[in-house]
Amino acid sequence: MTGSTTPTARPPQTPPGEAAVRRRRPRQLAGRPGLYTSYAQHLRLLNTRPKQIAVGVIVLVAFALPWLAEDQTLSLLGVAMAASIGAIGLNIVTGYAGQVSLGHAFFLAIGAYTASALSGDPADDTIGFGVTNVVVWLLAAGVVAALFGVLVAPLATRLRGLYLAIVTLGLVFLGEHIFKEWQDLTGGAGVGRPGPVPHLFGIELNSAGDVLTSDQKLYLLMLVSLVVLGLLARNLARSKVGRAFAAIRDRDIAASVIGVNLTRYKVIAFAVSSFYAGCAGALVYTITGFIEPTSFNLLLSVQYIAMVLIGGVATISGSIMGAFFITLLPALTRQLPGVVPLISEDASAPLNVFQVETVLYGLLIIGFLIFEPRGLYGIWTRIRNYWKAWPFSY
Amino acid sequence: MKELFSSILAGLGQGSMYALLALGFVIIYKATQVINLALPALMLAGAVLVSYLVGPFGFILAVVLGAVGIALLGLGLERTVIRPMVGKPVFVVAIITLGIDIALRVVVNGFIGTDVRQVGDPWGFARGSLFGVTVQERHIAMFVTTAIVITVLFAFFKYTRLGLAMRAAAFDQETALAQGISVSSVFALAWAIAGGLAAVAGTFVATGAGIDQQLWIIALKALPAIILGGLDSLGGAVVGGLSIGIVESLVATYQLDFAPWLGDNFSVVSPYVVMLLVLLVRPYGLFGTREVERV
Repeated sequence: MTGSTTPTARPPQTPPGEAAVRRRRPRQLAGRPGLYTSYAQHLRLLNTRPKQIAVGVIVLVAFALPWLAEDQTLSLLGVAMAASIGAIGLNIVTGYAGQVSLGHAFFLAIGAYTASALSGDPADDTIGFGVTNVVVWLLAAGVVAALFGVLVAPLATRLRGLYLAIVTLGLVFLGEHIFKEWQDLTGGAGVGRPGPVPHLFGIELNSAGDVLTSDQKLYLLMLVSLVVLGLLARNLARSKVGRAFAAIRDRDIAASVIGVNLTRYKVIAFAVSSFYAGCAGALVYTITGFIEPTSFNLLLSVQYIAMVLIGGVATISGSIMGAFFITLLPALTRQLPGVVPLISEDASAPLNVFQVETVLYGLLIIGFLIFEPRGLYGIWTRIRNYWKAWPFSY
Repeated sequence: MKELFSSILAGLGQGSMYALLALGFVIIYKATQVINLALPALMLAGAVLVSYLVGPFGFILAVVLGAVGIALLGLGLERTVIRPMVGKPVFVVAIITLGIDIALRVVVNGFIGTDVRQVGDPWGFARGSLFGVTVQERHIAMFVTTAIVITVLFAFFKYTRLGLAMRAAAFDQETALAQGISVSSVFALAWAIAGGLAAVAGTFVATGAGIDQQLWIIALKALPAIILGGLDSLGGAVVGGLSIGIVESLVATYQLDFAPWLGDNFSVVSPYVVMLLVLLVRPYGLFGTREVERV
């Protein structure tokens, strides 16, 4: 793929007077939000006025929430945001580039352990280097996970489709074994180790300060990380790299025929996706504060697959919606025993909330794939299109 | 030397279970181009069903009835959940089967409870001697049962009209349709056969130690087996399953002596290591057909 794919990149020869008009930034016509006069305009990050306003309001509300919501809610939302980063990562490799990966849990684990080993207390039983700066360990977590992604990528360039899915599934089992056995790092199964320690510019994010509680500070950390990484992913998707990903996903041979270097872009897809997974792993376990090596199992990978499928394949906002949906689902099902008398809160009872939760993951994946393949994002576009033309049907 | 032979025999026994499961995967893959990730749940369901039937019917009859029951379950799943997805991308269908697996396993776990259920097999951990080599009787039983099942299955594919129809549909769906073969019943039959095989495998895997909620993980070890043999080769599935079983058994016997740094229970994940190594050398497995690519 060459750089000349954008029609506006090289405007045709025009007389000097007309060129001056052309050079002006294309503007939207008043009252015609759906009309684009140039390709660049169509590709803009927020290409319509309602989108600009809506995104602005959402971000503002999100930043105001620490002072509006309770600490418990904030910590739950924080986990959802961290999970969103992981879901965006999986969506990059599976949604945008079309390489099915069931090994996301492995990369989450790499990130979580890199971060907690770097920031851990050197005096502890488990490995720790005492580098508690968030920026340092967050980037390190991403980079180490990305390196592992690059190691896995050669498999992806040789294998396609379901072969790749099975191999990445094997990765999860291998990872689970290594994390269980490497007790110096992970503490071993059933014991675990403390999560990453977040300090930023001398502020201890994980303990209550004079101004903000720890939940408020961690929430803000997650929010900033999500906004930055989400924006980067959105930009990646609309760049040359993103178009190459889409070409590979739709037909990899056709893509290589038109000049997309398959090996290179598959390596990039896995590296970026693993970087996001690494960051997500580090952040999620900062909030929970405790890492247990057996938690990085197939079910965790499936949860992330579910986030992507339920949210919407190959959309950033969909990934975020899906991650919130899956993360907040347990909070909803915990309310069930009060509503449905048959369901019990006791884990040893014949029908309990944990079982309902797991069954729901399965049924939601099936249901969404059969009835709404485009996920929550698809539902949202349908609602939007309905009201766009209301009261007419089209 | 005796240790080596008894390890290989145990591997053959365990490997024949992987072979049965791998055959289930391959039969469905050949018919529908989908990897049925719900097979672990079907296997677990089979073992549990047998453990309930063994009381009134005795072991052998219970295994047969259990296999029939799970075959019907597989048939039902194909009709209700997979059928609406015909023509959709295979990845989507594979993920749907993963969803079935998760949901079905929760239901089956409800029947297992927290304790271990016994399938009531006549062998337990009893040991016998074969040509002077000590071997668990249940491993011999596994191997013999698998040999019988596979012979029947291959004869079915070779000599019956339905088997011929299945081979034709796997070879070229549209041509098969044009010849009057009902491809949709071939799909259903593939799921039924895979379900039956999984039930038999589940029962025999549960001989000895019994059924607990973690039994399903064993079914996933058939995945390295089918990768080793190639996704679309029935013979490859059998060879792959047996070799994975032998590798696992050998690693279990010798790894702690020769490579203790790999950690306890490394044998459990050794099939996945074998799979990664094989795929790096031969991307379509040992016996799989290389895909011809057209744009």
